[in-house]
Amino acid sequence: MKVNDVILKTVVRFVVFIVFTLGVYLFFAGHNAPGGGFIGGLVLGSGIVLLYITYDIETVHKGMPFDFKRVAALGVLLATGTAVASLFFDAPFLTQTDGYFDIPLLGEKHLSTVTIFEAGVALTVVGTLVTIILNISEDE
Amino acid sequence: MIVVLSILLPFLAAALIPFIYRRFKSIHLGWFILVVPVVLFSFLATYISRIARGETFIYTFEWIPSFGINITTYLDGLSMIFALLITGVGSLVILYSIFYLSKKESLHHFYCYLLLFMGAMLGVVLSDNLMVLYAFWELTSVSSFLLIAFWHHRKASRAGARKAMTITVSGGVAMLAGFLMLYVASGTFSIREILTNLDVVQGSGYFVPAMCLVLLGAFTKSAQFPFHIWLPDAMEAPTPVSAYLHSATMVKAGIYLVARTTPIFGGHEVWFWAVSGVGLMTLFWGSFNAVRQFDLKALLAYSTISQLGLIMSLFGLGSAALHFGYTAESVIYTQATFAALFHLINHSTFKGALFMMVGIVDHEVGTRDIRRLGGLMALMPFTFTIAVIGSFSMAGLPPFNGFLSKEMFFAATLKITQLDIFSLDSFGLVFPIVAWIASIFTFIYCVIIVMRTFFGKLQPDRLEKPPHEAPIGMLIPPYILIALVIGIFIFPNVLGHYILSPAMASIYPTFPSTEEMTPHIAAWHGYINSELIMTFGVVIVGIFLYKTLKKWRPMYQLIPPNYTLNGIYERVIGSGEHYSGTITNRYMNGNLTYYFIYIYVVFVGILAGYMIYADLFSWNPANDSVIEPYELILVFVMIAAAVAILFAKHRITTVLLNGVLGYSVAFFFVVFRAPDLALTQLVVESVTTALFLLSFKFLPELQPEKVSKAWKFTKATISIAVGATVTLIGLAVMNYDKFEPISAYFEDAYNLAGGKNIVNTILGDFRAFDTMLEVVVLFIAGLGVYTLIKLKAKKGDTDVESK
Repeated sequence: MKVNDVILKTVVRFVVFIVFTLGVYLFFAGHNAPGGGFIGGLVLGSGIVLLYITYDIETVHKGMPFDFKRVAALGVLLATGTAVASLFFDAPFLTQTDGYFDIPLLGEKHLSTVTIFEAGVALTVVGTLVTIILNISEDE
Repeated sequence: MIVVLSILLPFLAAALIPFIYRRFKSIHLGWFILVVPVVLFSFLATYISRIARGETFIYTFEWIPSFGINITTYLDGLSMIFALLITGVGSLVILYSIFYLSKKESLHHFYCYLLLFMGAMLGVVLSDNLMVLYAFWELTSVSSFLLIAFWHHRKASRAGARKAMTITVSGGVAMLAGFLMLYVASGTFSIREILTNLDVVQGSGYFVPAMCLVLLGAFTKSAQFPFHIWLPDAMEAPTPVSAYLHSATMVKAGIYLVARTTPIFGGHEVWFWAVSGVGLMTLFWGSFNAVRQFDLKALLAYSTISQLGLIMSLFGLGSAALHFGYTAESVIYTQATFAALFHLINHSTFKGALFMMVGIVDHEVGTRDIRRLGGLMALMPFTFTIAVIGSFSMAGLPPFNGFLSKEMFFAATLKITQLDIFSLDSFGLVFPIVAWIASIFTFIYCVIIVMRTFFGKLQPDRLEKPPHEAPIGMLIPPYILIALVIGIFIFPNVLGHYILSPAMASIYPTFPSTEEMTPHIAAWHGYINSELIMTFGVVIVGIFLYKTLKKWRPMYQLIPPNYTLNGIYERVIGSGEHYSGTITNRYMNGNLTYYFIYIYVVFVGILAGYMIYADLFSWNPANDSVIEPYELILVFVMIAAAVAILFAKHRITTVLLNGVLGYSVAFFFVVFRAPDLALTQLVVESVTTALFLLSFKFLPELQPEKVSKAWKFTKATISIAVGATVTLIGLAVMNYDKFEPISAYFEDAYNLAGGKNIVNTILGDFRAFDTMLEVVVLFIAGLGVYTLIKLKAKKGDTDVESK
């Protein structure tokens, strides 16, 4: 998009951080409240798409020099990797575990391996979403 | 445990290839890969003496215990032979391939496929569980498909790969059905457990069908008549592959299966006749057809077919021993099995060497056509030596190992005529006669290999390269093999005692000792006996027929090409392609409207039809909650938006109206307290709308439809029917009580999965397997979109066929 839309650019500058924050929040909230890897990933992905729509690809690439195909691949590896990892602990495929840990400064927190799995889901969603949208819009 | 790891090692190595390939570009990748089979071979070799003492090694790794599917490795005498062949011949073939394949080829693909194949093959021979065996079995088909099609820019390679895959995989599926029947009959997938409980299986009605289906798998894999037609076409693969897969290992998987299941099925009349009969037919047909070939590799392919037939028929003959149970006489029949195992090893040595010899000729001269070859003896003396020793061993001449096993084969066919079970008293004579005739043809093609390639006149103008001797690295592997050919002839009993005898114990587990079943092999086995006379006859008649080859060769033209098995295969596949193409073109006509009509008509027909048939429509509003006014407003908005889409003039209007529908659905989710769904719906709706707008400018302006009233009416009817069906299903679900609801299980989510959000615990824990695979599917779909958009062939690109 060649049009220099000042209002859009200015608004997006602030909105994008809100969207990203919401995405990260949703990702972590998913365990006990609405949210989760899929939605968190979608929100993050749509935030990135918003950036791409507002600014051009080169500018955004300078800020986020990721190859989103690799992000998606990393996500798949994480998701399948946590599934396989349980085998090394002599537990059936895809066993997840959780527990309460006392972390300095943060206090007692509930940590779970599901988070890693969900991170894989989120990364795949982000990577695939951005890859598809970038390629469709790029092709002129 | 360590045996499990040895199956895994090739797969792990295959996964490492991309990293090694990038890092060490200057070194031929094969040197790294060579380590894998050499390590495995040495590791297995340390077990030989313990296996010979009668030990077996079992390790169970639980996989799906609820279905009795566990990765159980079982190392005994029989799996030992095959595992040694796979790793031993594998090492030599990889060493050979280092010199055969130049670095310009896509070596990382090649070795990746080869390692996959090696691991799969080890998995087949070391698995005790039928399901695991089946999985590895099909993996060998897939990896050999990739290897045959390695030069995939050639049409013949692709066709050959497809043919091999079609035939072996259909056989494999039949085998799967057979395994399932065995499971139903015995209640276990473990071969050893089936053996402990044999009476039940043999008494079951599934016994004979299961046997036939398992045999189908074995016959297709081992290229037995009439499924042998894939093997000659598979010769499109690079020669190291042919040497490995199509002579030493993969085609022997079928033989392994027959040997492995002999204790279950052997002794039954159907088994005896099927295995020995098909084997004999294959033996004859393979050797008969080998003589007519002009391509050296095709000739070897047919010879492999015939030799596999020989081994197969010997296993069939040997299975007769199980009919009686153990008696003093059984030893006579078990010797056929012994000969089969012996020939199995011998065949791997001489045929591996011969394939490598042909590869050398092809590599150094540029052709494998015997009409263009000749007179290479003086120019390639080392290669000539391989050819002579390999061929003479194959023809069953002394002083090579093929002679010993061939004599034992003759002896076994002669002995079987004295048996008076399975109506052998009337048909038994067929065995020695067919065996003898087939051996004559074997002799003839062996002579052809040597004479037409190395003797006669050199035709330098018909060769593509000036002939010269191969580099030393290409000669070492076949020389090791022919050293074995001679070594086994001199010391056959070492092999007999350490390798073959423990395998006999696996095939005849009910027989008390293997020592009686292990004959003393001797090159000079008694005075002039009938076997030796048969061999003399083979040589004399063979030489005579070779001299008069030109006179009787036209005989092969008698069968019109349309009526050969290959012709039939081509026609079946061809017409299948033609008709499926016609049908596909009829419904995939490129018009989206039609696709939707097909989908919806089927959808309404099946769902509404079934619901009417089963009388499932029921609507009982008594239990429903009160409809609030704002819900009514939402419904009204949705209806208005949906109807408005129908009358929209511009595409952008339809996109926005569609968005209204989506957001209203999200609102409903909010109203009905499904925040997760609402969130997802909102984001997805936004993203799809954005996507739509992005691709908006590439889409043409909406055209007013110019169609007849009747057609419009039809489409409206279908739309309304779909809507009505979905609505009615929704209403009927409320009163459906055929299944117990599963929601109670998830109420305990916090205790079971440690999360308060049920939706997420379902996604991430209870049904995480679905989620994992969905992520993979999403990724693959994304890659698919990427490739479709990015990797379009440019207009100037040359046709890949012509590369």
